Amino acid sequence: MIMRDAISKLISLMKDEYVICANGFISRDAFNSKDRPRNFYMLGSMGQASSIGLGFAMVQPGKKVVVFDGDGNLLMNLGVLAMISEIRPKNFVHIVFDNECYNSTGGQPTISSNVDLARAAAGCGIKNTIRIGPDGDITSAFNDCLKKEGPSLILLKVECDPEEKLPRVNIAPTEIAERFRNG
Amino acid sequence: MDAAAFKDKLKDHGYSFFTGVPCSLLGGLIESLGEEYVPSVREDTALGLAAGAYLGGRRSCVLMQNSGLGYSLNVLTSLNMIYDIPVLMIVSFRGLGGKDAPEHLVMGKHCVELMETFKIAHKVCGKDDLDDALKAADKEISSGRPYCIFIKGDTLE
Repeated sequence: MIMRDAISKLISLMKDEYVICANGFISRDAFNSKDRPRNFYMLGSMGQASSIGLGFAMVQPGKKVVVFDGDGNLLMNLGVLAMISEIRPKNFVHIVFDNECYNSTGGQPTISSNVDLARAAAGCGIKNTIRIGPDGDITSAFNDCLKKEGPSLILLKVECDPEEKLPRVNIAPTEIAERFRNG
Repeated sequence: MDAAAFKDKLKDHGYSFFTGVPCSLLGGLIESLGEEYVPSVREDTALGLAAGAYLGGRRSCVLMQNSGLGYSLNVLTSLNMIYDIPVLMIVSFRGLGGKDAPEHLVMGKHCVELMETFKIAHKVCGKDDLDDALKAADKEISSGRPYCIFIKGDTLE
C-alpha cells in the first residue's frame, strides 16, 4: 500500500477526532483526501507533529487526538516517544507511515529499514504499540486503538511513491490554526 | 524577584501551560511551578508542545537556556511565526558580558541579535524589569506573536 491510499482510508474514518498531520506529503495527502477544520496541516517544523498533538491532547483530555507522522519526522524527534510514554495521554493515537524514505524531497532513504521504530516506541513504554505490514488491516487496527485507552502507536509500513504529485495545501497557515482552534 | 512571586505574576497574566528544558538560573521557577511544569526533552519539542496547548486553548510559556535558541529557531520561524501561534519564552541569559563557561560565550554574545534578526520582540531583564516585560509580552501574545524574556543571572531568587 502507498501512503496516499492509507491516509485516504484513515481520514474517511474520522468523526470528531483532531488530526495533526506532519509536513510534506502527509499533510498534502490528508488535505487532498478530505479537508476538514479538525485537520492541522504542518508546513514546516519537521518532527513536531507529535509534540503538537501531545500538547493538545494534554490540555484537551476529552478530545481524541490522532497524529499522522512519518518515519523521517519521528526519527528527527525520537525523544518525543519518551515524553508520550511519561505523560500517558489516554486520548492519543500516533500513526507512523513508514515508507523508509524522505518522499517529498525525492525519495532519499531514511534509516528506518534497519531501525524498528515500533520497537523503539514499545521500548519507551508506549502502552499499545502495533506494527502493520504493507498489506495489513489498518482500518481495524485504528478502530481498535480508538476504543482502547491510549497512548497508542501504530507503525504502518507503506511503499515509497515516486509518482506522488498532489497539490500543496492551499489554505493560509493562520487559517489552518484558527479553524482548528475553533473546531 | 522571588521565583514564586514571578510564577504568580505569570499566572496573573494568564499563562497556564508551562514546559521547557532547565537551566540552573531557572531552577527556582521550575521548582515553584511544581507539577504544572512539563519537562521536555528538547527546546524545539517544548515549543511544539506549547503550540499544541495553545491550539487547545491555553496561553503557553516555554522555559529554556539561551543555548536552546538554536534548536528553537526552526519551530519559531516555520510554526509559531507563520501560523500566528504565540508563546512566551523565558530564556536564561548565559554568557552575558563574556563572563561564563566557554560553551556559553558565542550564544551569549549573539542571542539578542538573533531575536532582532528574526523580529521577535524581547527584553533583557533584571528583577526590576519583569513587570514591564510581562506587559509588553501581553501585547505580542494577544496578537499571536512570540515574546522572549531574557533572564539575567541575579533576576530570579
